Amino acid sequence: MVEGIAEHEVTAKKVHHEELGWWRKYIFSVDHKVIGIQYGITALAFLLTGFTLMALMRWSLAYPDEPGPWWIFISGFTIMGIVVFLIGGIKRPYISLGGFIFIGIAGLVWYFTTQDSMLPVGTMLPEFYNSLGAMHGTIMVFLGIVPLAVGAFGNYVLPLQIGAPDMSFPRLNMASYWIFLVGGVLMLTSFFLPGGAAQSGWTSYPPLSVIQPGQTMWLIAMIFVITSSLLGAINFIVTTVQLRAKGMTWMRLPFFVWTQFITAFLLLLAFPALEVGAIFQLLDRVLGTSFYMSSGMVIGGEVVEIAGGGSALLWQHLFWFLAHPEVYVLILPAIGIVAEIITNNTRKPLWGYKAMVYSLIFIGFMSFTVYAHHMFITGMGSKVATWFMTTTMIISIPSIIFLAVMVFTLWGGSIRFSVPMLFALAWIPMFGIGGLTGLPLGLAPPDIHLHDTYYVIGHFHYVVAPGSIIALFAGIYYWFPKMTGKKLNDMLGKVHFWGTLIGMNLVFGPMLIQGMAGVSRRLYDGGLQYDHAQPVLFLNEWMSWGAWIIGIFQVAFIINIFLTLKKGEKVSDNVWEATTLEWSAAPSPPIAHGNFSTVPEVHRSAYEYNVPVNGRIEEFAPQNQPEEPVEAEE
Amino acid sequence: MEIPYTVDIREDTGLTSPKLGIWLFLASEVMLFGALFSSYILLRVGSTAWPVQSEEVNVLIGTVNTMVLIASSVTMVMAWASLKMNNFENFRVYLASTIFLALVFLIIKVFWEYIPKLQHGHDPSTNNFYALYFTMTGLHALHILGGIIVNAYFLIPGAKMWKSNPEQFTNRIEIAGLYWHFVDLVWIFLFPTIYLL
Amino acid sequence: MESTTVEEIRKHTWVYLTVFGGLAMLTVLTVAVASLEMAVGLGVTVAMIIAALKGSLVASFFMHLISEKRVILVILIFTFIFFVLLIAFPLSDFLDNAGKPNVP
Repeated sequence: MVEGIAEHEVTAKKVHHEELGWWRKYIFSVDHKVIGIQYGITALAFLLTGFTLMALMRWSLAYPDEPGPWWIFISGFTIMGIVVFLIGGIKRPYISLGGFIFIGIAGLVWYFTTQDSMLPVGTMLPEFYNSLGAMHGTIMVFLGIVPLAVGAFGNYVLPLQIGAPDMSFPRLNMASYWIFLVGGVLMLTSFFLPGGAAQSGWTSYPPLSVIQPGQTMWLIAMIFVITSSLLGAINFIVTTVQLRAKGMTWMRLPFFVWTQFITAFLLLLAFPALEVGAIFQLLDRVLGTSFYMSSGMVIGGEVVEIAGGGSALLWQHLFWFLAHPEVYVLILPAIGIVAEIITNNTRKPLWGYKAMVYSLIFIGFMSFTVYAHHMFITGMGSKVATWFMTTTMIISIPSIIFLAVMVFTLWGGSIRFSVPMLFALAWIPMFGIGGLTGLPLGLAPPDIHLHDTYYVIGHFHYVVAPGSIIALFAGIYYWFPKMTGKKLNDMLGKVHFWGTLIGMNLVFGPMLIQGMAGVSRRLYDGGLQYDHAQPVLFLNEWMSWGAWIIGIFQVAFIINIFLTLKKGEKVSDNVWEATTLEWSAAPSPPIAHGNFSTVPEVHRSAYEYNVPVNGRIEEFAPQNQPEEPVEAEE
Repeated sequence: MEIPYTVDIREDTGLTSPKLGIWLFLASEVMLFGALFSSYILLRVGSTAWPVQSEEVNVLIGTVNTMVLIASSVTMVMAWASLKMNNFENFRVYLASTIFLALVFLIIKVFWEYIPKLQHGHDPSTNNFYALYFTMTGLHALHILGGIIVNAYFLIPGAKMWKSNPEQFTNRIEIAGLYWHFVDLVWIFLFPTIYLL
Repeated sequence: MESTTVEEIRKHTWVYLTVFGGLAMLTVLTVAVASLEMAVGLGVTVAMIIAALKGSLVASFFMHLISEKRVILVILIFTFIFFVLLIAFPLSDFLDNAGKPNVP
């Protein structure tokens, strides 16, 4: 194996620093690696919470108005918590403390069963179903996927891949995490406030969201989450621009870094619109303003005593101006992760690196021009609808390029079916389905039939669940050895993979069918009361079991993580034999301060696998491997 | 551990990291106030009855406040220029003037505008003009308050850095100045929108 | 900023004061023009042009954009484009909706 450290590297300045106390080292750390792991643990906990909320919802969908076996959830999570405590014991508190996540979720479900407004006598109230729906979406998108994809992976990997000692603004980075955590906790506390949590969908459309309970805390929590994202975005952009190591030109950057860079711009420039929107909605609720409230409204037979003159569509414009770029925030880091893993496991350079980069920049720009395809049925005029249809069709082109490039990279490669590679390979067709099912939604005429049906839910879940989440799982399996020095168990990984992949298709495939039959979304009984839904109602039970089966298979993943932390086998610094700097120039895990023992210098493009280097083929040439002197001509 | 390019300029970009960082922050603020202006346009164009704005607000007060804020922008840039000319005493005078003018702006706003309006029963729920007036000028005023706090920090406790690292301190004042000028810039658009149109 | 000499700063001081004078005059102009009778569309356009002029002075000279690096300028250009979209899209949607007022 070629050693990653070259001979004549620039030596770093020797820096003396005092040993930090436990609180500064593990809790209030400014080290991007610690912060990345903090984001990762928190995000995974939120993902599990959001998943649980959905698992509860699926009981109502499969067996509406029947008392549910909530005790199974409570005891299941409690048992998981105890198992984790046992694995960690007293010796490994960093594992044992993870048990509290499961106990916490068990406690949350138990709390629901005690509330008359939620699960009285064991049945699920429709209003509570709506709360679960709104919170499931909000938690998964804003507290789960983005913090994991950007906060965790971005923070941990980006500085390493560009050869930097840390982020440009380490203290700002720490602030970003803690602001996010406060926002996340506030969001969860909304369940415990009078009236319960938000129940107007993650999209929070007025006027419903202005008059419903729970929304105020949702809005306040979102302001924290948005602030955290904005500060983080600034950090990512400045770091990528300013802290690239010597020789790391823009076109030598690993594709993962490019995706994080563009994602940061989307967050930076799109989130402020939602921030304003959220402030308006907060004022409508708290001060009785009429930003979103039209004149002459009558609710529950009573005239609403407000000034009026507002526009519910204003919220939709402000919301979707963010929320469309937001979905690219959800997928771009995933594409970056998949690109890294596929090229590494085919032992070939990424086909069409430049095409990928230009497509990425193009898709980032276009994402600001398509958003009103979420609003086709609001009475939009045909000229505006035509604009958004056109831009939406155009924006599908870069995605096709991404998929094509992945397939071309595989062609003729020496494929290594490691666990990360399984997830990355599955991503390709899954994202393909997700993207293709989006096309009828992006065209106004079919969207008239499909809007607000289960087809939409099927489409976007295909993109985020077997799309983003599968890619994030791939990333966890891929970078776990870098973060801990230990490799996750392959057998458990394969079990996790197959169960998750099959389960996800069992859940989201039928949604497309139900949607085409016209079953509306956000119905607590899954369409039971509608004639047109009757032929496809049986799918509700299938989908619920599919969802619960996905949950069971996550146990393999969870156990894998904790057992490996406890007694996994140590592996080499570059276990995947990768070319990028985080693998070739830093130990596993990287050095606490500064990441690298000597500052790396970059001499090569990102993916030199099996390319000729000075006349001979090297299996892989790490980016910091120096150029060899050219042989003199005879 | 030293993070590179915090004070030194990176050759290929010509920038220090804080300079790039503040401009990115200001870019997001452009989008924030942009959303506010967009909402103003939509709500006004879509309304059936919009008050005559110059009858609801006092143009003279608005004009005075505009001049106060522009003057504070001048004193802010002079504060930075003084540091570049190595004149710490002038810097303190200029920065203190900036803070003073900012406080004048806020006091005029609160005591000659907000409070009289509220006493007249004109609050954000009265109609959408007042809702936008209070929200847009209120958010702007919060930004002024933030700037006052930052500048006050640099005037008193933060000024120690002039002794230990004058170059970094000067850069920080430049960064604070960029933020302050932006706040002025927003008002330059907010003033005609609210008071004159 | 890079190596600017004390002399150059002194010259800049003169620039700052001139710009201040310009801003003051433009402010007076804004108010004066607003008191004239004119169609709404024209009034808005004129007000915004004067504001844009004032804003450009602040941005170019107080914020030193006139001599700023390419990276910053490119970021600001894209920001401006998205700013325009944020205003244009909701407005065009409203106008294409046949100008319905905000009543249900």
